[in-house]
Amino acid sequence: MLDATGIPTKEDLERVFPTEERLMQGPTVIVECYQNIPCNPCYTVCRTGAIKEFADINDLPTVDHSLCNGCSLCVSNCPGLAISILDMTYSEDEALLKIPYELIPLPKPNQIVKGLDREGVEVTDVKVIKVIDSKALDKTPIIAIAVKKQYAKIIRSIRLEE
Amino acid sequence: MIPVEILVIGGGPAGLCAAVQAAEMGSKVLIVDRNNTLGGQLVKQTHMFFGSEKQYASTRGFDIANILLDKIDKMKNVEIMRKATVLAIYEDGVVSLEHKDKYIKIKPKAIVVATGASEKNLAFPNNDLPGIYGAGAVQTLMNEYGVKPGNRVLMIGAGNIGLIVSYQLIQAGVRVEAIVEAAPTIGGYLVHASKVRRMGVPILTGYSIKEAYGTDSLESAAIWKLDENWRGIPGTEKKLNVDVICISVGLSPLSELLWQAGCQMKYIHELGGFVPVRDTNLHSSVKGLFVAGDVAGVEEASSAMVEGYIAGMSAAAYLGYKLYNMKLVKEDLMNQLDSLRHGPVGEKIRRGISNLTIEHEAAASVDAL
Ligand SMILES: Cc1cc2nc3c(=O)[nH]c(=O)nc-3n(C[C@H](O)[C@H](O)[C@H](O)COP(=O)(O)OP(=O)(O)OC[C@H]3O[C@@H](n4cnc5c(N)ncnc54)[C@H](O)[C@@H]3O)c2cc1C
Ligand code: SF4
Ligand code: SF4
Repeated sequence: MLDATGIPTKEDLERVFPTEERLMQGPTVIVECYQNIPCNPCYTVCRTGAIKEFADINDLPTVDHSLCNGCSLCVSNCPGLAISILDMTYSEDEALLKIPYELIPLPKPNQIVKGLDREGVEVTDVKVIKVIDSKALDKTPIIAIAVKKQYAKIIRSIRLEE
Repeated sequence: MIPVEILVIGGGPAGLCAAVQAAEMGSKVLIVDRNNTLGGQLVKQTHMFFGSEKQYASTRGFDIANILLDKIDKMKNVEIMRKATVLAIYEDGVVSLEHKDKYIKIKPKAIVVATGASEKNLAFPNNDLPGIYGAGAVQTLMNEYGVKPGNRVLMIGAGNIGLIVSYQLIQAGVRVEAIVEAAPTIGGYLVHASKVRRMGVPILTGYSIKEAYGTDSLESAAIWKLDENWRGIPGTEKKLNVDVICISVGLSPLSELLWQAGCQMKYIHELGGFVPVRDTNLHSSVKGLFVAGDVAGVEEASSAMVEGYIAGMSAAAYLGYKLYNMKLVKEDLMNQLDSLRHGPVGEKIRRGISNLTIEHEAAASVDAL
């Protein structure tokens, strides 16, 4: 499926998502990298050892979610833009999702934007909390959005109103 | 006739790395490129690259070109000739080129050919309408010259180039209506595919273009589903209102100079067409002529750079220059190539190259030193 459409299946997602238990403990990384390609910057940039050393550069990344502190260094370093950070403890009914976003104009904090799923379909409105665009991110800004918890695993992109 | 030690033809990632390596070993190098800006394909690559740190992974293409050019700037024994197109390599080793409307002849002691590859075309009715481009040409228009090619695009081909150029079109504010791919699966990296899919671009595998329509320029296009023999199925046509079609159905090595020099060539489908037979030092069948990068087999910038270092080292070694730890350096480069090509995506490349390698008896190769 994924290799015919570009859309990961439910099973694909289940394989890479942290456990519910881990999600309830605070921010952690979701690495949506399903294909053996010669690439490893996610490992080289991770300082906590959460992303394990690659025995072969073509291996899939191995993630130990218990070591990940959600620092989001890997988010802007992944050339596949395949990494996001999910914090299910953000508020009573909202999760905080951090995604890489390389389009202009950038949204502004407090702006309401469309939340899109992995097919690019609009699901619900989401609120922009923070826009990080420091030099260290090297032109891959990170957008933090507040998402209703039931959509936390569905939304993966945003669209600004025209 | 201008005497030159090592002539590097093409200043893309392969040629630049060849020059760096050969110069580091002490030889005098001249790089010629037909463009004004060096860096080859890297110049227009605004996305982050894959690979490992050694090949500048997660750095953007144009930044990689600048890193290499900065290195060369600091080297006293490398010269660069821009806007110089090599026209011929003759059997006696004389190279002729056109530079500032002048015809120049050069006699190098060794040559590294790193001319890259060119885009393949696709035959369909009205494919000569204005508005139909190669995907790489559109990327040059946008990212090098800042020109928006149109407003609504149909991309043909879901390999890495088709996917990346689609993404960059969206970044430039252009709408990509669809990406069609004749094969049943996406050829490019799936992370790139997911990236454009979640921005709302449909990727239609098992589809191709049927026909383009328009009077003075492209106005619309029809796509259709293919059967298992890659023939269009009547009745499955869909019409798309597009003013741009980008063709991205693969590259073929720019190997005219190699044919002319008398290199033994072999058709290897996996590497994009006719490619030069060579040994592991990237020494072709013509003595003193080395090859690197896409011209030696269409692959990636990461492997083109590593091949460049190897070819540069071999050319310098061929002229008698040495590096005290040359064996180790070469081993490391070979290992980098191996690991880049090790995975399932590189399998095709490995298969292609295994059909191609010759043992060289030529005098001074890296191994002999
Ligand atoms: C859209 C796109 C995206 C890509 N993304 C990636 C990626 O993410 N990661 C990756 O590793 N690779 C990527 N690549 C592939 C990579 O760009 C190429 O594999 C690489 O540039 C090949 O390097 P090269 O030096 O062999 O050739 P080139 O970069 O093509 O350079 C060849 C040079 O030779 C010059 N030349 C040619 N003929 C002559 C002549 N007769 N006289 C003088 N000069 C001449 C040309 O002007 C050019 O500068 C991408 C390619 C494209 C098109
Ligand atoms: S978020 Fe930080 S700690 Fe977690 S995997 Fe990424 S780099 Fe490592
Ligand atoms: S950096 Fe991104 S694309 Fe590369 S291996 Fe890690 S997750 Fe996959």
